[in-house]
Amino acid sequence: MNFSLAVMLQMSLLLPIIGMLAIVATGNKPNLREAVTISTCLMLLYCVINLYQGLNTGEQISVIWWELLPGLQVSFAIEPLGMLFALIASFLWLITSIYSIGYMRKHKEKNQTRFYACFAIAISAVMGVAFAANLFTLFIFYEALTLSTYPLVTHSGVEKVKNGGRIYLGILLSTSIIFFLLAIVSTWFVAGTLDFKPGGVFSTNVDTVLVGAILVLFIFGIGKAAIMPFHRWLPAAMVAPTPVSALLHAVAVVKAGVFTVLKVCVFIFGIDLLSVLPTTQFLLYMAGASVFLASLVAMREDNLKARLAYSTISQLGYVTIGALLATSSGVIGGSMHIAMHAFAKITLFFCAGAILVAANKSKISEMRGLGHQMPITMAAFFIASLSIIGVPPAGGTWSKWFLLMGTVETQQWVLIAVLMSSSLLNIAYLLPISIRAFLPVNELTSNETTIKEAPLPALFALCITTTVCVVLFVYPQPLYELATTILIMPGIDYGN
Amino acid sequence: MLLAHLPILQVIVPLMAAPLCLFLRHSRLVWLFAVIVSSLSLSISIILLQQVMSSGIIIYELGGWSAPWGIEYRIDKFSAFMLLIITSVSTTILLSAQTSIEKEITEDKHTLFYILYLLSLTGMLGIVSTGDVFNAFVFLEISSLSAYALIALGRDRRALWAAYQYLIMGTIGATFILIAIGLMYQMTGTLNMNDLSRRLPEVAQTRTVFTAFTFIIVGICLKLALFPLHQWLPNAYAFAPSIVTAFFAATATKVAIYLLIRFTFSVFGLSFSFTTLPLQILFLVLGLIGIFVASTAAIYQKNVKHLFAYSSLAQVGYMIVGLSVSTVSGLTATLLHVFNHALMKSALFLALGAVMYRIGSVQLSQFQGLGRQMPFTMAAIVVGGLSLIGVPLTVGFVSKWYLLIALIENGWWPVTVLILSGSVLAIVYVWRIVEVAYFKPVWTDSNQDRKVIKEAPLSFLVPIWILVMANIYFGIDTRLSVQVAEAAAQSLFGVSP
Repeated sequence: MNFSLAVMLQMSLLLPIIGMLAIVATGNKPNLREAVTISTCLMLLYCVINLYQGLNTGEQISVIWWELLPGLQVSFAIEPLGMLFALIASFLWLITSIYSIGYMRKHKEKNQTRFYACFAIAISAVMGVAFAANLFTLFIFYEALTLSTYPLVTHSGVEKVKNGGRIYLGILLSTSIIFFLLAIVSTWFVAGTLDFKPGGVFSTNVDTVLVGAILVLFIFGIGKAAIMPFHRWLPAAMVAPTPVSALLHAVAVVKAGVFTVLKVCVFIFGIDLLSVLPTTQFLLYMAGASVFLASLVAMREDNLKARLAYSTISQLGYVTIGALLATSSGVIGGSMHIAMHAFAKITLFFCAGAILVAANKSKISEMRGLGHQMPITMAAFFIASLSIIGVPPAGGTWSKWFLLMGTVETQQWVLIAVLMSSSLLNIAYLLPISIRAFLPVNELTSNETTIKEAPLPALFALCITTTVCVVLFVYPQPLYELATTILIMPGIDYGN
Repeated sequence: MLLAHLPILQVIVPLMAAPLCLFLRHSRLVWLFAVIVSSLSLSISIILLQQVMSSGIIIYELGGWSAPWGIEYRIDKFSAFMLLIITSVSTTILLSAQTSIEKEITEDKHTLFYILYLLSLTGMLGIVSTGDVFNAFVFLEISSLSAYALIALGRDRRALWAAYQYLIMGTIGATFILIAIGLMYQMTGTLNMNDLSRRLPEVAQTRTVFTAFTFIIVGICLKLALFPLHQWLPNAYAFAPSIVTAFFAATATKVAIYLLIRFTFSVFGLSFSFTTLPLQILFLVLGLIGIFVASTAAIYQKNVKHLFAYSSLAQVGYMIVGLSVSTVSGLTATLLHVFNHALMKSALFLALGAVMYRIGSVQLSQFQGLGRQMPFTMAAIVVGGLSLIGVPLTVGFVSKWYLLIALIENGWWPVTVLILSGSVLAIVYVWRIVEVAYFKPVWTDSNQDRKVIKEAPLSFLVPIWILVMANIYFGIDTRLSVQVAEAAAQSLFGVSP
């Protein structure tokens, strides 16, 4: 147990909170406030990278804060899956913050201090979810994430936004209170512990029907994973400003959902138990249906952000499928997909936001020919689309490859068909947007000729994430190694 | 020397202080005096709790007469726990009393208000510390009578009607309890709870004892406002002065819960209570109906005080469901919720008092824009509301967790799901307030200019935030509440008083 790394672990939770206080304190000086945000992001990233290096050298990093109820500690420990999630979230927070500066100023949003402050709290909650050493701690931060993102979703405060916020909070809180909490209490009752343990916490002779029911409660209770029919909050959350949609509803919140699903499947149930539960097959089909149906709905959406939202629902289903396949390729594919999809989807959202602020367009049908005015944005959109579809030269190739391997290994022929057809649908609803943008246009109206690229910070941010998409294709080893160690971890000491 | 007399001092101090208020005349002085008296009670109850936790039950013989002849005061873990809840809430609420009643009660009635308040406090403390059933009845009447008068002090004329309603219902309840006490005395020849618990089993199979038990349960449930005996409560809470509402919402029903547990567990004994009457199924069903009916009613209220009054009824339902489990963990859940709910509701109603102070109304429609105008007060309502929903790191989560564990231990899965769905209703009624306060533009009326509404004065904000912080603190550091509640529940199951 390394002392300074334990401090780093706690700092990664507390830094955003300190940053939030500093943001509030410097609220009336926008430049200083943004400097605070960026430096907090950098410090957080520094901590997380240090932790990553610590993990690579085989350090055991864990911290116990206090015992909330007898036997239920608020404690944190680092393992590869959480590390992967924390790395993605902290890196993308930095990028999104840069992007937000451009977007929020150009778009002249009000209450920017509240925006940045809530953003920081949300990131702290994400770190808590990523590093939680037990289900109880995870649940606390899971709820904190829901509540801290509510003011972000309802940022503009108009009537339509209020309804969106209602659906957002209603679905996320209800599913977590009714199903997720019930699942946690039941697990506590059946297994007597909520600690994440390699191989799961249930003993080998448990009642598979009861545990199967608990699994159903988990999968639907983790509403952030947006498995149909509890997916409505995600499109509803699109009323938020684009940076919020980008980081939270393409990366942090939804990934917190599928991350929790993976974590529960691997460390609470264990893949051996998971494969014999009677409900696993049913849930796999539910996830498959979610993948397929969401893609179909995405085809019909004309609003770019709504289309991306449904695309996200569909892609989240991939990760859930990976977790439920209960094979090593499934888990590797699922966790790699968290990363691949995060970078690709955030790029797409950045592009959508850039188009909104630069060209004031949100409908896909209006974007024909836009590539001539905004070539960089639309090129980035094209590459990110390739990553979502899962074809070279973009990172999504690898995760989809492993997921397919997993389905082949377990001979889930229906799911193979679903995954394949969903990829085809991805092509159909994503590629035309960028291709049409570059088609020659006959005549431009006067105000369309004045459209220029988005503000520099926004452009910079989306170039970086696009680059990462490509880099992850060429050089996926670190990510792959991290993903493979999830299952073959030597007995992690959670400090209990 | 003085330490040995603490159990009676607990009751005597506020009782004696009440008439003394008459000599002070000046309303600020009286307020200061009441605050001092209440904090004295608080310190006594802290000492008592420490004593009980370390060395067991404290028995105090009034006037030196030993038990069957004299009145006995008996402080066990459960009583000490309740004393702490009542005195701490009472003291914190009193801090903002002066500011609040300046607006809500006419000047000449201020002294009267504090006298009644202290008398009511005396009654509650007396009920909780005495070991004599008749003495308990007397204190119940002291606290109820002063409660009727306190509610009638409300500025709204409907307060009179509400107080009258409460008077009728409360008196019926008290009469039932008195009848039961008479019957028990007739059968056993004693009024001492300890003696009763030993002698009642001998005559348990008689119709008289059965009747006594029925009367006492119904009588207490009236005081408790358990569905369907709850009609008096919403109006009484809504039209009483804000301070009174905050005080009663946090303590009055809790004292009734105390009596219920005391009679069912200690006096009649668990096996009698839960076998002669189908009390388990009765409590379970009434509790669940109470949760759903009251929560649903809360959603449709236009007056926020009404809204939280109905929410209180729903919370009583949770406590009763915990009781119906009739296991140690079920009782622990109930006791925890008694403690936690006192914290939530005192914070919420005190915050409503602040709203009342600034805008003179607690109609939901007038909350428009308050999120910007009174940010700290509204933040307190949001945190209190989250606690009511049972979000982790608030006290509401702790008691919900224990209740769920207790239900699952018993294998009552459907009830578990119902309880969880009940907290979803809480989200709805809490969020109605949040949406109005934060999303609607500032409320404007042709008659008054709402631009001038400012944040509540510090005399409100400080007590409110003490309570709100307690909501969070006891949601994070649960050692005190859980340990004491668990110990009290175990002692109620293990040994009779």
